[in-house]
Amino acid sequence: MLKNMLKATVFATTMAVAAGAFYSPAFAESVYNRGTAAESESVDPHKTSTVYEANVLRDLFQGLVMQDQKANLIPGAAESWTVSDDGTVYTFKLRKDGTWSDGSPVTADDFVYAFHRLEDPATGAEYASMLYPVKGAEDFNTKKGKPEDMGVKAIDATTLEVTLKAPTPYFLEMLTHQATYPVSKASIEKLGADWIKPGKLVSNGAYTLAEWVPNDHMKLVKNPKFWDAATVKFDVVNYIPTEDRSSAMKRFEAGELDSYDDLPTEQLADLKTKFGDQIHVGPYLGTYYYAIKTDKAPWNNPELRTAISMAIDRDFIAEKVWQNSMLPGYSMVPPGIEGYTPAMAKYAEMPQIDREDAAKKILEKLGYTPEHPLKMEIRYNTSENHKNTAVAIQEQLKPLGVDVTLLNTDTKTHYSFLEQKGDYDVARAAWIADYKDPETFLGISRKASGNNYSNYNSPAYEAAMDKAAAAGGKPEERMKELSEAERILVDDVGQIPLLYYSYHDIVSSKLHGFVDNVMDVHPSRFVSKD
Amino acid sequence: MLRYVFRRLLTAIPTLFVIVTMAFFLMRVAPGGPFNQERGLSPEIRANLEAQFGLNDPLWLQYVHYLGNLLRGNFGPSYNMPDFTVTELFAKGLPISVQLGASALILALLLGSVLGTIAALNQNKLGDYTVIALATAGSTIPTFVIAPVIQLLFGLTWKLLPIGGWGDGAFINKVGPVLTLALPQIAIVARLMRGSMIESLRSHHIRTARALGLSDWSVVVKHALRGAILPIVSFTGPAAAALLTGSVIVETIFSIPGVGRYFVDAALNRDYTLVMGTVVVIAIFTIVFNLIVDVMYAVVDPRVRYD
Repeated sequence: MLKNMLKATVFATTMAVAAGAFYSPAFAESVYNRGTAAESESVDPHKTSTVYEANVLRDLFQGLVMQDQKANLIPGAAESWTVSDDGTVYTFKLRKDGTWSDGSPVTADDFVYAFHRLEDPATGAEYASMLYPVKGAEDFNTKKGKPEDMGVKAIDATTLEVTLKAPTPYFLEMLTHQATYPVSKASIEKLGADWIKPGKLVSNGAYTLAEWVPNDHMKLVKNPKFWDAATVKFDVVNYIPTEDRSSAMKRFEAGELDSYDDLPTEQLADLKTKFGDQIHVGPYLGTYYYAIKTDKAPWNNPELRTAISMAIDRDFIAEKVWQNSMLPGYSMVPPGIEGYTPAMAKYAEMPQIDREDAAKKILEKLGYTPEHPLKMEIRYNTSENHKNTAVAIQEQLKPLGVDVTLLNTDTKTHYSFLEQKGDYDVARAAWIADYKDPETFLGISRKASGNNYSNYNSPAYEAAMDKAAAAGGKPEERMKELSEAERILVDDVGQIPLLYYSYHDIVSSKLHGFVDNVMDVHPSRFVSKD
Repeated sequence: MLRYVFRRLLTAIPTLFVIVTMAFFLMRVAPGGPFNQERGLSPEIRANLEAQFGLNDPLWLQYVHYLGNLLRGNFGPSYNMPDFTVTELFAKGLPISVQLGASALILALLLGSVLGTIAALNQNKLGDYTVIALATAGSTIPTFVIAPVIQLLFGLTWKLLPIGGWGDGAFINKVGPVLTLALPQIAIVARLMRGSMIESLRSHHIRTARALGLSDWSVVVKHALRGAILPIVSFTGPAAAALLTGSVIVETIFSIPGVGRYFVDAALNRDYTLVMGTVVVIAIFTIVFNLIVDVMYAVVDPRVRYD
């Protein structure tokens, strides 16, 4: 009896060990173990808000337009489109071979349904604003209008017409955002809230959702019904959240992960030595800035704001605090948007020592010296790097007669305080592009924006932004106007841009098609492995 | 005894009620809400979201709704992972945390008791010093140091274990987390056992047993151990409640999908329903394990009676 039990135990253990060879490819399946720094919140395109689910949804669904390996716009569910002369009516021709994973065709009605669902107040979509340029969308979302008044209609099964409020040159770029992806009307009507469950989720992308164990893995399997399935290399893509970045590096080294979308930046120099070309670091469309209370004395004085901004040694912060995983920033719009030249602060090219001298002179003129210091509080949300950044700035400003105190709160408290326009001096904030256009960075400093934590209010800036919007039909002129608006913002120091983000991925040398780009977008359908 | 257990379970109801009420209102006192984030939401979109989750109702009404749902066994939706209800998240995560916690607890009780007994029987000799040294190290080195060392040695250097992940519950994926969880507990149990065993061996009834000519084995295992085990039983209650409901550090470092991480993540995300769910689960585990400990006391020590 005992012998049999022992035998059974040994057998069971052996089987368990064999099965435990992680998500190892069975029967020559090609598997991509894709590490992510955080778990996705939802796979419902209308309930998402983070870049983590953006990656997953890009694999599961296909919007009207998509991004290629370099984040350039390519046709998605629509094979072509035309734009009316006034830039307000977009007519999309859907692929005739575009199908859902259940084999039914993707129709213009599905898009109409999805766009209505996104704007429906009952959906509670965080990214409903993504379709606000569409006529009637904002009204419906804010309960001032009806869905039938939205400028979206199906001309026939494969023709979708979208009418905008005004020419919006970045509209197509906005359509690359996951919030605008289609959802299967038939599936939602049939399954209700369960439509989203693994095995049931009907999607139109290169993959379908097979399993989701929160905080462990999300398994995507190749969708044989995808119109371009022949070019999709991986049979399985496992999204594996590994929050602890040091563990992720070990998992990568052990071969458990083929790529990971973050790095412990404090170890960047060592990681570069150890992993060589497998470490990918480069400019990413995001700006790390300090909001400064422009409507409160003494910060309502642009000269004072300029002095503070000038005195901050961004090179030191980028190099020492962030280990070159961030780049020094002097404009709100980071470089990397084709056709746009960011308006840099005028002192960007000055040597740091000269900047400090100039800042000191301004501060002295305003009556601030080490004997009569200026009091300044920096608020930041919990993070070792945010803290180190604030401490560095505290030290840099001290010799100039600025007495900086620091206040750390958790993320929810921090942003709740900022949104309520609480009483503060300077606060850490950041903006990551949802789509490739300067407007996404400049819009946050407009008077009416909920993200205008600085309470920046400049009629000249508003006028310049309006002028840029009016030039919607003329891309070159529009970019020039936007740059001029940014010039006003930067000269006013409406915000203090400090750093530009960079993507930092670790990618196995066996992977192909993982091409670096400013949006850090890497659809799995274009990636393959040796 | 049954009456005692029944009475204790009845008194647990008002205790749970007080815990739930306090947790509910304390969560709402914390600044910020589930929808505050780096990208600010417009007031209209925030209102839509709040309406969807009933957060626009007055607080007392939200509380009444929550209690009503709780009585029906409905913990509500997770605000931060809207594809799952809190019940679904626990149904997936709790068995995993319980498996790891129970394995670590059993390992700690067995190994710790043996080590403690060996130390007591070899008091002030090499065996004793060795166990004391190991126990001191085990209880002072934090798990966030032990876990990466295990990953580095067993995972990367010797390639015996995976670095992380649950691997659908494969035995090999559990070794690292269980060891990490168990090591400090082994140290605590060993120290407790050593102390109580020394005391037990010096007691009158053991002297009497020896004088009667009983064998060493009989004296130690049958008579001394029974008395010595009482502090371990007391320790087991809170230790079980803590271990079985998951460890945020171990689960984060080993990427284990248990519920331990929800305790911290949910609070930081102001995921009210998930926080409440974790509070209720921990409270129930603590109440139940304290009760089990009290019952065990009566079983082990005949002097203790609850009727």
